[in-house]
Parts: sequence; structure tokens; C-alpha cells
Amino acid sequence: MPTSTTSLDPRSGFSRRDFLRGSGAVATAAALQAQSAAAAEQTQGVAILAGEQTIELSVNGKTVAVKAEPRTTLLDVLRYQLDLTGAKPICNDGSSGGATILVDGKPMQANLMLALQAVGKKIETVESLAGDAVPKAFVACDAQQCGFCTPGFVVATRAFLNMKPNATEEEIRQGLNGNLCRCGTYANIVHAALMVVKGGNNG
Amino acid sequence: MAEVVLSWPTKDKATAIGKRVKRLDGPEKSNGTAKYTYDINLKNQLIAVALGCPHAHCKIKSLDVAPALKVPGVVHAEPLRKSGDEIEWQGEMLAVIAAETEAAAREGVAAIAVEYELLPVFVEEDNLAAAEKAGRTSKGGGKVQTEKEPGDNDDEDEFADKEIARLLKEAAYTVEGHYGIDPITHCCLEPHGSTVEWKDGKLMVHLSTQNVSGTDDGFAKDLNITADDVTVHCDYIGGGFGSKFAPDYWGIAAARISKATGRPVKFMLQRDQELKLGGSRPSGYLHVKLGANKDGVVTVWDSQHHGSAGATNPGGISHTVIPYVFTPKNYRRLATNIKTNHAQARAWRAPNHPQACAMTQTALDDLAMKMGADSLDIFLKNLGTDDAPGVSGAKPSVYKAEMEIGAELIGWKKLWHPHGKGAAKGSVVEGLGLAIHTWGGGANQSSCTVRVHPDGGVETFCGTQDLGVGTRTVLALVLAECFGLPYEAIKLTIGNSKLPISGPSGGSTTVGGICESHRRAGLDAFAQIAALVGKKLAVDPATLEAVGGRVQVIGNPAKSVSWKEACTLIGMKPLEVKGNYDRGTKSPLSNSQVGGVQFAHVAVDKETGVIKLKKFVAVQDMGLVVAPQQAESQIYGSVIMGIAYSLFEQRLTDPKTGAILNAELKDYKLARIGDIGEIVVNLYEPESERSRGVIGLGEPPVIAPGAAISNAVCNALGVRVPTLPMTPQRVLAALKAKA
Repeated sequence: MPTSTTSLDPRSGFSRRDFLRGSGAVATAAALQAQSAAAAEQTQGVAILAGEQTIELSVNGKTVAVKAEPRTTLLDVLRYQLDLTGAKPICNDGSSGGATILVDGKPMQANLMLALQAVGKKIETVESLAGDAVPKAFVACDAQQCGFCTPGFVVATRAFLNMKPNATEEEIRQGLNGNLCRCGTYANIVHAALMVVKGGNNG
Repeated sequence: MAEVVLSWPTKDKATAIGKRVKRLDGPEKSNGTAKYTYDINLKNQLIAVALGCPHAHCKIKSLDVAPALKVPGVVHAEPLRKSGDEIEWQGEMLAVIAAETEAAAREGVAAIAVEYELLPVFVEEDNLAAAEKAGRTSKGGGKVQTEKEPGDNDDEDEFADKEIARLLKEAAYTVEGHYGIDPITHCCLEPHGSTVEWKDGKLMVHLSTQNVSGTDDGFAKDLNITADDVTVHCDYIGGGFGSKFAPDYWGIAAARISKATGRPVKFMLQRDQELKLGGSRPSGYLHVKLGANKDGVVTVWDSQHHGSAGATNPGGISHTVIPYVFTPKNYRRLATNIKTNHAQARAWRAPNHPQACAMTQTALDDLAMKMGADSLDIFLKNLGTDDAPGVSGAKPSVYKAEMEIGAELIGWKKLWHPHGKGAAKGSVVEGLGLAIHTWGGGANQSSCTVRVHPDGGVETFCGTQDLGVGTRTVLALVLAECFGLPYEAIKLTIGNSKLPISGPSGGSTTVGGICESHRRAGLDAFAQIAALVGKKLAVDPATLEAVGGRVQVIGNPAKSVSWKEACTLIGMKPLEVKGNYDRGTKSPLSNSQVGGVQFAHVAVDKETGVIKLKKFVAVQDMGLVVAPQQAESQIYGSVIMGIAYSLFEQRLTDPKTGAILNAELKDYKLARIGDIGEIVVNLYEPESERSRGVIGLGEPPVIAPGAAISNAVCNALGVRVPTLPMTPQRVLAALKAKA
């Protein structure tokens, strides 16, 4: 019989605990408040941030200070440090939509975004939508069973209807295709989204 | 005190039961404040991640967790396996790393050093010949029944061979075919797992479980404590579907790590582990020859099927549900089990039934195709009559009435055409199909304590759980009915193992059980309050009713007291009443055995092989309907799960290595909101069925979608796509085979 040996630790060069400063996508890292003197060091012309930083984020209208390593996802910060557990860790690849939040008003997956990338951006989670017409319509239409995917769907629905306030049923069925539900609440989610459209209080 | 008569109010008298209401915990679920196990974060907790075995069959030559302990942030390494152990499926956990963060734990897992010796893999559960060659088969049981009985001197097997051959020869029509259904996974969106805290010899477990009252002893046994030292807690569970009944070894591992480190531990399965280990539904592949008389009534059924439930206990689909619902007078049904290198299957919504329905009611539809007959007529003819039934489970008259309703809703008369003979629009053809199902759904054991406070407050304590059914809503409606109160007024405490014991949520038994215990407690409590009010009003307590927030002489609000006033008569301390129901006890409040009928209308593109659901109709009996809006949701959900396993879902395994190829959600294809078409639900609740009492609903409507959709596709194409899911590739292959 053949033998295989795992070599799952190919650590070389930069580790996931380091964060390159200077690329366009991470320019906001300049806003970081580095706590450790050794946190940033110059290597071959780019700044590498290593270890834990304290950063400020704007979440649901409040400025909060959180700790993040370069590899820390925004989802982990929300769930572990801010007790905002509405966004769920359902997938690793964004295919479930379970971690849908609004970043500067646009739907994003909090598990696919680093906490450092969120600096300077306006983060809104499902918890901030408690008084919104969308979760109310979800309740009225019974658009939840186990409820684990529901917060992601609520945020996705809000974002979609912000973009298309008069969406048709067909457009709703296409526009919410990025979120997964296992209990099969889709039929009532369509009803709920239509209720929001027809209700006119869609903003 | 008046004697308590166990009954439900009639439909016209009911004020809460049967009313459309909002789900009581809907706001928490919709605004993100409902706390699931995954959301419970305890102070100073560690996060655990496991190393899954990359190989489907191997022996561990060496396992060293020491390198993991050197990773910054890693606090504890817990080996679960040791060198010399044989591992029989991919993903099996070998060691668990607990760290300050999940990222550190993952890094720790990556540092574990393991050497494996690879062993032969077999995963082809659909390939009987290969399984036999590999020595992986075992007998799965079977049964022969013929109207003509063998003589004393006959060899039973020889007699059955001859008799079945004779019946097939004499049949006016025969059908021979293969039908199959691939394995799927439970794919709970909240993976299995727990957050545990060991403190002073006691264990607190936040467990994602559908069995709140039944898991404490499992934890205790492995930790050398007694069950009284364990508390299991679960307010919300993110999906179970039959896969979350036990602590599981990963739950025990979390508890051991908490004990060893003195810190709380959160250990949720990673997504790929959830799909590999968290539960799967056994596969089934059937070969049948059936014979029917000139009217299309099946007279003889002769089938063999095979399939697998994994490595530990390979038993696939039980022969006892073959053929499904229909009970021909002569049959032989044999099953073969195949041992594969997959983790053990778990109960999946209506165990055995969806597969049996998909493998056999498709053959019945092929009979209709062969006869050039209307499928609905052939299904109707095979029902028999209530005096001479041709079906099991529900009465033929129930199925027949449901078929008539469903046929009307789907537009059968207008839209049906002979198989393969519909008009094509370009390359798209449409078709209709139907299937029927049954399930028990008898009430589970359930106990509760109901308190009525002197200030009028009502609360209940019950060790049940909400699997998504709407448990809280159902409980509140039942007590609201007993006391004439709005359902929102009822306070509920569920989801904790220290509460009065209630059975696990499995087999559609929850709603029946909790309705039994709460109706009993509620009627008992009201009788005690009525006795006090009767004295005050100088009327016979038996003439009192609770309605609209008052206790009054039946139909006479002039002779009444308010609910609050009535409760002041209780005295200083709350009135506390216990309700209990033991499973299997005959009761006027609950029952079992339901029938359901489903119809599908599909459009199939012959060029691309893509199937689209246009419309789906589900007609369902469930006895008395307690919470119609939540019942509808459950049926919608069942149908959507059915669409998923009919068209999209399958666990794909590499035949050479045994590696699961689609254990991430981007690869494991589920139905999405754009895939479901129009779904119409009809709650079948005539007085004949309502008067039977409450019957569970979780399983039945998930059973028939496979056969109904397959039959609709066959009606469209005139060709059977024999195996579910009917992927575009399989549709095109079936068309090519026919051409």
C-alpha cells in the first residue's frame, strides 16, 4: 500500500497573520491605530502589519474599538467582539449569503472581508434593521423556519429592494438567488419581499 | 371539580386553535437576536477545530499533535485517534485543537503531523456488480407474499419463482425498469456543535440539538459524572432534519477539553466536516418487473434493490416500504446492503419513505405510459376502496379526495397529455406528474408544568425544542385556547434539559406530543379555576367557558368574571399543574397515519436538459390543524427540499479515492429561490380527519416530490430519467438512450 504524509504547514514568506499595507484594496489600513511599536515594519518597500491591532470601526451608527489581526475577518469581529451574531458563519466561500451585511449600503459577505478592510466604511448589520419593513414582512409572511439563514436573507432583501424598490416577483426570485435556505422558506420570502414592495414603506 | 373531558373545540368554537397567527419567535429570528448554539460566546472561551482524515480508508501510522502546541494561540491538543487505528471514511476527526481564536486553531490543526497507510476504498453504492466483486454486499432482508400459498411439500423459494413468473406471464401489461436515488446530506446550515463549560464538576452544554431532554446522559456517561450534573440548553437550532439527536463524539471532546483546560470551549463543525460527518441519507437503486391487469391494477411486483448507509451499518432502504404505499396482492421485494467508505447515514426526514416513493411510484407511472393511460386514472384504480384497500397508511377515500383537490389545483384535466405527446415550444416540453405518501406522526412523550399566577399571568415549562416547526407558537395557541387568552399572553420556557421531559423532535412527533401535554395541563388548570369561579357566581362549574379574556357561563357574558378576577380566586400562590402524555397512549387529542398527494408541472428543455418547476401542488392531511400558517410553511419547506433532491442535490464521491467532491456549499447544489416555481399548499382538514386530533407534519410532505417530479418529467419527455437528481446530464443521457 502506498503511504502518504501530510505536509499541511507550508509556512514561508508572509503568514496569514501579516497584512500588506499599500495595495489599493487595503489603503484604508492607513487609518489603523497601531498599538505595538513592532506592528509595522518596512520590508522591501511595503509595510507589513503583524500581530494584533486595535482599530476603529463604524458599526450600526456607532464607532467601536475592536482588536484585529490582519487575518481576522469582519464576521469574527462582529460575532466575537461586538456580540452581533445575526450574520452567520454558514459557508467559507460566500455561496450561502449567511453573513450578508451592508457595507456603505452595499450587500457584502462579512466572512469574505477582513476587519482591516472595513476601517472607514459604514457597516450595518441585521440588528440595525429591527424596525425596518423587511423583517416585519418576514414575520407577517412566516418567512422563517429554523431561522438560521433568515438574517442573511433579511439584509439581502433590504439591499435588493433599496436598489429596486418596485421589484416584480420575477426580479425578486432572481435578485435573492445569492442566499441559501435549507428548511425551504423561499416561497414565503417571495411573499414577504412582495409585501414590502406593495406596502410602499420601502426605504 | 368538574371532570376533565379530553377534547378539542369544534372548528366554529375554536378561538386560537386553527387561527392564522404570526410565529411567536418570528421577530427574534428575523432581526438576528435569536441566539443559536453557534452564537453563544462564553467569557474566556476557546475555539476548537478538528483535523479531518483526508483519506476514505486508511490506517494511522503515526499521529503527533505536539507541533500544534507550538503555534501561537493554541492552548490544548486532544487526539481522538491513535496510531494503528483504521479509519473508514474521509473527514473522520483525528484530533482536536483548542485555541484563543478560530484562526489559531486552524493553524494548529495544520501543524499536526500524521502518517497514513492507505487501504482499499469502495464507494460505488450504485454498482451492485462491483460491490459483489469487492465483497461489500450483505443481505438486507425481504419478503414474499402471494395470494396462492405454497403446498406443504413445496420449496418456498421455488414456489415464489414459479408463481411470480406465472403472474407476470398472465398479466395484461408488464413493466420492467431501473429506478434510483442518490445519497444526499442533511447539510444543516448551523453545523453540528456545542459551546460547553465544565465548572466544579458540572457541565453546561449549549448544544445544537433536536433532543434537548435526551442528551444529558450521553455527556455524563463519557465524563464519569451523573446526568444530574449536566445541563443541556438549546433555545434555537439551525436545522437538524434527523441528524442532531446525540451529543456526538465531538460534543464529548469539547466537554473533555473544557474539563482539561478549565475554560469554556466552542466546537462547531467546519462546513466540509458537516457535509462529510454531520449526516447523510441512504441511497437506493431498484430493479423491478411488475404486472398489471387490463384495468392497470398491479397484480404482481417483483423487485430487488441495493444501496448504502455507509461503513458502520450499511443497511440501506428498508424493504418494508417497497412498493411504496401501494400494496399489490402478490409481491417479492429483496434488499441488498452495500458497505461503502462513507460516514454512517443518519435519519433524514421520513427515513426510507422518499427513496421508496421515488423508486416505485415511478414504475407505476411507467405502467400508465406503457398503457397509454392517464397517470391519475392508474393511481386512482390502484387505490382500491376503503373496504378493500390497495394502499397502506391512510384510507383510499382520503387519497382519492386529495387527488381530486390536487388535480383541480394543478389543472390536470386541461394540461395533461399522454406521455411524450405534448406540444413543444421550441425545444421545451411540459408535463404533469403525481405521487402519494403516508406517515405515522403519532405524538411523542411530553411533559410540562403550567403555572397560572394569581395576577392572571400564564406560563409553561417544557423540555421540548423548536426545530423550525413553530413549537412556541403551537404551545401558546393550545394554552390560549384553554384559557380564552390571546396567544401572545402565554410565556414559554423551552429548550433546557432541566425542564419537564419532552421527547426528541423526530418522526413528526413533536406537535402531537406537546399538544397532548399542554391540552391536558390547560384543561386541568381551567377546571380548577372554573370550580372557584362557579362557587363565586353560584353556577355549575361545568357550564363555564374561557373566552375573550373572561370566564363565563357558556354563551352568556352577563354571567362572567374577567380572567384576571378569576385568577385572584387562586389564592396567594400560583396554580401549578402538570401535563403528561406517554407515547402510544390512545387519546382523543392526537392520532397517527396521514395521507398526502402531490402534483408537479414541469417544463423540460430537450436541448439543454434543464428542468424547470412551473407549479407544484401539495394536498396534505394532518388531522387537526393547530397553526395553519406554520403548517403551510412546513409543507412549502418540504416541497422545496423535495425539489432540491429531485433536481440538484447529490453527494458526489470520487470512485477511486473516496474523497467527497462537493463538501462546500458552492459545490453542493441546493435549490435556490429562483428554482422553485409556484407552490400551492392545500391543508386537507374535513371534519372526518380533524376529529381524529393532532398528527405530526414534519415528514409526510417531503416524501412524494421525487416521484411526482420524475413522473412529470417522464410525462413531458415520454422517457424516464431513472435516477434522482435529474441533472441536465442525466436528462440528456436518457433522451440519447431512447433515441
